[in-house]
Amino acid sequence: MMIENEINEENEQIESSEGNKRWVVVPGEIIVSGEDFLPGEGARREGDNVIADRFGLAEVAGRMIKVIPLSGAYIPRRGNVVIGRVVDVTFNGWLVDTDSAGSAFLPIAESPRFLNRNEMDQYLGIGDVLSAKIWSIKGRGIDLTLKGRGLGKLEGGFIFRINASRVPRIIGREGSMITLIKEKTGCNITVGQNGWVWVKGDDLDSEIKARKAIEFVADKVLIEGLTDKMEVWFQEN
Amino acid sequence: MVARPSGRKANEMRSMKAKVGIIPNADGSAMFAFGDTIAIAAVYGPRQLHPQHMQDPSTGILRVNYDLLSFSVSERKKPGPSRRSKEISQVTEWALSPVLDLRAFPNTVIDVQIYILQADAGTRTAGINAASMALAHAGIPMKNLICSVAVGKLDKDLALDADNAEEHYDEGEGHTDIPLAKIAGTDEFTLMQLDGKIPPEMIKDVLEMVNKGCEEIYEVQKKALKEIVE
Repeated sequence: MMIENEINEENEQIESSEGNKRWVVVPGEIIVSGEDFLPGEGARREGDNVIADRFGLAEVAGRMIKVIPLSGAYIPRRGNVVIGRVVDVTFNGWLVDTDSAGSAFLPIAESPRFLNRNEMDQYLGIGDVLSAKIWSIKGRGIDLTLKGRGLGKLEGGFIFRINASRVPRIIGREGSMITLIKEKTGCNITVGQNGWVWVKGDDLDSEIKARKAIEFVADKVLIEGLTDKMEVWFQEN
Repeated sequence: MVARPSGRKANEMRSMKAKVGIIPNADGSAMFAFGDTIAIAAVYGPRQLHPQHMQDPSTGILRVNYDLLSFSVSERKKPGPSRRSKEISQVTEWALSPVLDLRAFPNTVIDVQIYILQADAGTRTAGINAASMALAHAGIPMKNLICSVAVGKLDKDLALDADNAEEHYDEGEGHTDIPLAKIAGTDEFTLMQLDGKIPPEMIKDVLEMVNKGCEEIYEVQKKALKEIVE
């Protein structure tokens, strides 16, 4: 028994979320009974049982039990890359709407190149869309940075929203899904962890196709091997 | 034992209906119906709390708003908060908060909007059931679901989940209304109100009746939540 568990745990490292047993649980529902299991994210132990703390997909990965959320608002985490829209330009930075609780602030010092205070709104004006990384979460709100690969102002194309809990699904294992969609449509796609997706392609048709593909993937929660299914989807559409 | 105007057995509830994910714009939403009483609930958040002076840096807060829609009753109800709807909003908030732990979301609010589309008695209990499902759907960490149902007393006999006709029962001692809410699968009650008169020794029977009713409600809620995942 123990050996088997250990093997599974190693698999978890490689496979991360796919290939494990998953089923839907509601808050308060017993996921598994027994002392062998450890409650992970979204689960807790009560006596002999491991109980779901929230609604989602329960996943048993070796000894670890976790509940993967299926819905709900985006909860910001440090290190997440998000897409946001500038709502205000202040004297020392930008206020960014990232569709999460608390306001996000991008200080002028976190822009990738030196900016003079009076040219701030030429670099990023109200209404501009950008991708940024969360570098700290304090009680008062979120601090963003533009220092990093692929971060900065997003020009052209369009953005749309999907549920933030579906983002890992869109990206796929080691980015397999998003790479496939990019290849098949020829579009430039950035997916923010907050569920905002930016798409820019050569023409509107391919952009709309990319959006449809992403929304298709976001709809399918329980299906295994979705990357293969998407290959078929692209042949049909 | 007097016969119930609805013809139901004493511990028989109206047929229930539940659906989750009915409002695309909300973070979580649900509908719950007891017979002709239909409640919808939408959950928004955790999101920034305004007015700012209400913010709590140690925890997030729950804010519930309950209202009857103007067409939900036979005589048009003037929309907007009233003494009654404010009270029900408050007791609903108290009924739901024991299962929530919002310390992970400081300075934020979780807004729960409950609207009654059609009222035929038992609106606050239907609202609590809908709100509990909507909170779960919004991915809020919860200890358990909340189930809620009212027990009526017609003259000297108890009747589970009274409808509007039974609430207007006026023979003998008339009608007494006891709405209750409890944490599913436990003996912890989070709401108990009493409108009318009841001998203390009958309360035990009331709780037993509610326990039985809540088991049924819990199954309906669970099924509705699981249904949305294909």
